Amino acid sequence: MNRADPKETCCHNDVMTPSLQAVAGLLADARSLSEVAREEASSFRSNYGHDIPLKHLSDRVAMYVHAYTLYSAVRPFGCSFILGSYDKDDGPQLYMVDPSGISHGYWGCSIGKAKQAAKTEIEKLQMKEMTCREVVKEVAKIIYIVHDEVKDKAFELELSWVGEVTNGRHELVPKDVREEAEKYAKDSLEEEDDSDEDNM
Amino acid sequence: MEKRCTDSQVKGVSTGTTILAATFDGGVVIGSDSRASIGGEYVSSKTINKVIQVHDRIFSCMAGSLADAQAVTKAAKFHLSFHSVQMETPPLVIAAASVLKELCYKNKDELQAGFITAGWDRKNGAQVYVVSLGGMLIRQPVTIGGSGSTYIYGYVDAKYKPNMSKEECLQFATNALALAMGRDNVSGGVAHLVVVTESGVEHVVVPGDKLPKFHDE
Repeated sequence: MNRADPKETCCHNDVMTPSLQAVAGLLADARSLSEVAREEASSFRSNYGHDIPLKHLSDRVAMYVHAYTLYSAVRPFGCSFILGSYDKDDGPQLYMVDPSGISHGYWGCSIGKAKQAAKTEIEKLQMKEMTCREVVKEVAKIIYIVHDEVKDKAFELELSWVGEVTNGRHELVPKDVREEAEKYAKDSLEEEDDSDEDNM
Repeated sequence: MEKRCTDSQVKGVSTGTTILAATFDGGVVIGSDSRASIGGEYVSSKTINKVIQVHDRIFSCMAGSLADAQAVTKAAKFHLSFHSVQMETPPLVIAAASVLKELCYKNKDELQAGFITAGWDRKNGAQVYVVSLGGMLIRQPVTIGGSGSTYIYGYVDAKYKPNMSKEECLQFATNALALAMGRDNVSGGVAHLVVVTESGVEHVVVPGDKLPKFHDE
């Protein structure tokens, strides 16, 4: 499984080796939440002797985010959080936490400024039947599609993945795969532009 | 005549017990004797249970000071049941062993308790873990503990084979306990055995007079 980062404010971090996270929103909030997730994963590992299952980590981060919606002395976190992992027993997992403190598991999800448009594109994909490499290309394409040439600033695509292809480690997508994905994305966009011109 | 020290809190000495656990093909056998003694002079209980169920498929044998061991297993049992509810799944055996290890390690100055934690979970199957007095955690296919264990290291080394059948493993464990109880004055009573597999838990109690007898008995 992989995910492409939403543009503008984005970063991806390691929580613990098996899982990755992507964030969108206020970067400072995201970094602080990232640290929370790391501590939760670390203390779980220390107490229970095995790596934290992703659902549980997601629940814990969500509970933490939710707590900040309860009191007037603090403001809610201004960021959304995607967590992903791969385990040979549980397979690939994807969870998202939003500022209200809700956490759900997903086959595909999007966060950030153009999340609605990205969501529409994701719904067209049949993720269950695709391999990791195929999904990388589709995801790159979606990022290019939702980027508004007029309103948005130039962006740089960051791709990372975790899965059987990386033996469960979170890694940046290798250069050749990334270039292939970017080329596929740009070519698809040009095709659509061309077809628009024909219709006129 | 010198009065023997009746203080059973001597640091570093494991007090009257024989406990063991062994993995076989598809499960694990856990066993213990049932004697509790004070200073090696007086048997305070002939039928104490040293194999505690900390979760549906996870058991823990106590060694060392029984008071400390009971307190620790009680705390661990609560912690594990809470953990299991949070995770919405039965705990892994390594999680149970780690909970006991944390208690033993963090409180090593006050406690004198060691454990053998064994059981079955969906992810890694049958497992046996040793949590020693100071809080070391290590996984082994077969392990023995307590004062009576010193007399059966040779037997266990020679007779244990991995992937035995359930019956072979039960016989192995019964023999080991009988041999230890036969030589160690602070181990005795009945042999408590528990067999844990994916399908369930089976308790076997072998009274003292039904234990296997060897050439000199």
